[in-house]
Amino acid sequence: MSQAHFGRLTDAPATFVLAGARVIDPSDGTDTVRDLAVGEGRIAEEAPADAERIDGRGLVVAPGFCDLHTHLRVPGGNGSETVESGSRAAARGGFTTVCAMPNTDPPLDSPAAVAEIASSVAACRVRVVGAATRGRAGEAAGDLAAMADAGAIGFSDDGAAVPTDGLTREILASLARLGLPLIEHAEDAALGGGGVMRAGPNATRLGLLGWPAEAEVAIVERDIALAAETGARLHLTHLSTAASVEAVRRARARGEAVTCDVTPHHLVLTDAWVAGSRRFSWEEPELREEFAYDGRCRVNPPLASREDALSLLAGVADGTVDAIATDHAPHPPERKLVPFDEAAPGLIGLETALSLGLAAAEAGCLDLPTLVAALSTRPAAIIGEPRGLQSGASANLVVFDPSARWRVEASALASASANTPLLGMELPGVVRLTVADGRVTYRS
Amino acid sequence: MTVGAVAAGWVHRHLLDVEGLTREELERILHLAVDMREARAARAHGSLLENEIVGLAFYEASTRTRVSFELAAKALGATVVDLGIAGSSVSKGESLVDTLRTLERTGVTMVVLRHASSGAAHLAARTTGLCIINAGDGTHAHPTQALADALTLREALGSLSGRTVAIVGDVAHSRVARSNIHALGTLGAHIRVAGPRAWVAGFEAWPGVEVARTIEDALRKANAVMTLRVQLERGARPADHLAWRLDEERMQLAAPGAPILHPGPTNEGVEITADLANGARSLIGRQVENGVPVRMAVLALLAGVA
Repeated sequence: MSQAHFGRLTDAPATFVLAGARVIDPSDGTDTVRDLAVGEGRIAEEAPADAERIDGRGLVVAPGFCDLHTHLRVPGGNGSETVESGSRAAARGGFTTVCAMPNTDPPLDSPAAVAEIASSVAACRVRVVGAATRGRAGEAAGDLAAMADAGAIGFSDDGAAVPTDGLTREILASLARLGLPLIEHAEDAALGGGGVMRAGPNATRLGLLGWPAEAEVAIVERDIALAAETGARLHLTHLSTAASVEAVRRARARGEAVTCDVTPHHLVLTDAWVAGSRRFSWEEPELREEFAYDGRCRVNPPLASREDALSLLAGVADGTVDAIATDHAPHPPERKLVPFDEAAPGLIGLETALSLGLAAAEAGCLDLPTLVAALSTRPAAIIGEPRGLQSGASANLVVFDPSARWRVEASALASASANTPLLGMELPGVVRLTVADGRVTYRS
Repeated sequence: MTVGAVAAGWVHRHLLDVEGLTREELERILHLAVDMREARAARAHGSLLENEIVGLAFYEASTRTRVSFELAAKALGATVVDLGIAGSSVSKGESLVDTLRTLERTGVTMVVLRHASSGAAHLAARTTGLCIINAGDGTHAHPTQALADALTLREALGSLSGRTVAIVGDVAHSRVARSNIHALGTLGAHIRVAGPRAWVAGFEAWPGVEVARTIEDALRKANAVMTLRVQLERGARPADHLAWRLDEERMQLAAPGAPILHPGPTNEGVEITADLANGARSLIGRQVENGVPVRMAVLALLAGVA
């Protein structure tokens, strides 16, 4: 890691040849070992003779990853993340685009606020999700058309669902005209009841207030019905229950414009982690007292039951789940080093998303092209960004070693925060090179 | 009593929960508690904890548990400091971890922690070098109460093996119930829980626990009955609990002479009639009496006194 280098989208365009890498490009179904040339920031048939030659043997090159759900914590995050640090974390994780969520302080609910974040010069593209309601207060629709003109790629009150049915329909009707999605945090706050971990045997045993799956499913079902009625695009973010994915599967079968994402931690971690397990969803839990009640395992929606996590993985594998999105949620240590029910919800994810996906792939839960598509081409399509390694395209790619291992250490992370229960664990998958808009944004 | 080697082979640094304790370890604590009770009666327990400074950190109000720990620690010669946290500014201004780390620097070695959040004791154990004794965390665990209850019940019944213990009331919100399920279950008892649906929600999935749908089903042939305090401060209304109140007539369903336990303080007339609470079957007084020697045993084992 010591020679890690970060770049920005304003750097000089890159020229190199990656020799003998496995090229996985879901945009045209490519999965083959060959050389890939980049000249002056574009994918080329061949590079100039003096171009740097990078040994790609054993590496995978894929379209750059696109995170539909990122918290950059600007404005108001007190340094738990900045656009600079967050975009570097993205680049280090292989992401070339992040979509900044609007639940900042103050929220991103105006054209000026959207434009300011969207114009960031950073180590990846920064796209912006505008607040769906004014002040993110859940009372009146935001100025959606003006924010769309300022560059918003979708709208969300993330951290909460749009609370009332009538307001949701009004927003969806406006978005149908704009052609942009509502990116819904599906949670009925009343049904959630203040639960701090997923309801179930682990919550019962730990004496922690349980959050029932119905809290999510109720909003998923409501939104699917209202999206169909209004003709709007609906994107359900960080789904955490089998029933939600099943509802999406049924809506998709009816031809409705519903997409969804799942986080790496809902796929791979489980509610047993709150009880002290550090085993992945496809493994038998093993509870260790010293890891129990770790505030870094508090997240909203809460970590799923093992059965649900495996259903979510199956949803990615069969394509029902469009995207893996990180819900990268930086918090300073003092917000996590507190009793579990007082911990701020959320964990960082940009730098571990690929690794958790690869762990699932190694376990046979996913194949590599499906994982790559869920991280790159499919989320990019949802926000209308091109992705693909065809000749002539602007180079937007990631090169990673799928079998190399790394230890998750706070000092190795580019994020300004380190709130993840994965600290200390060894994971597969090391990003060697990230190129966004033709510029090298990360190289190790 | 062989107080010189009480801690040999004791592997646990903290007492956070009953869940991690084996039957042998539970037996050992109870056996030592009996010794401590005798030694205390004879004023012969000496100064096993003379090198320990025990901090009482009660973030929730408590009388019996706090006093019981204080007496137990002092009986063994420890220096005891009560932080007087509940109701003071400490509980608001400073984080739990910061407060405990400060205590550690002042020389406190063991902390008895009561906190409203489940898992607070785990957090304290993970983030400080202190020996942590959980004196009640949220709705999760109250290990020393369960140990006192186990000792009381075992002495009343002779043995817990194969005996049925009914736990009636707001099980879902009860740390006493959870710890007793672990303690009594590990010692061989069959556990039956009963209460209004919301108060036993989730317990169907608890391995080895039977959920009874009526109080009659819960009490039938039970060898002992533990009723829990209705937590009026949680908005529970006494009238709602009449269907689950222990009274003479219902107790006829239990095994002859089955004793009654209650972690206290009781709401007489709400979860239990005054006659039963104060009658011959009641072990409520014994539970309190056994609290001190059980806590002496726990403190001595954790201090590694040898």
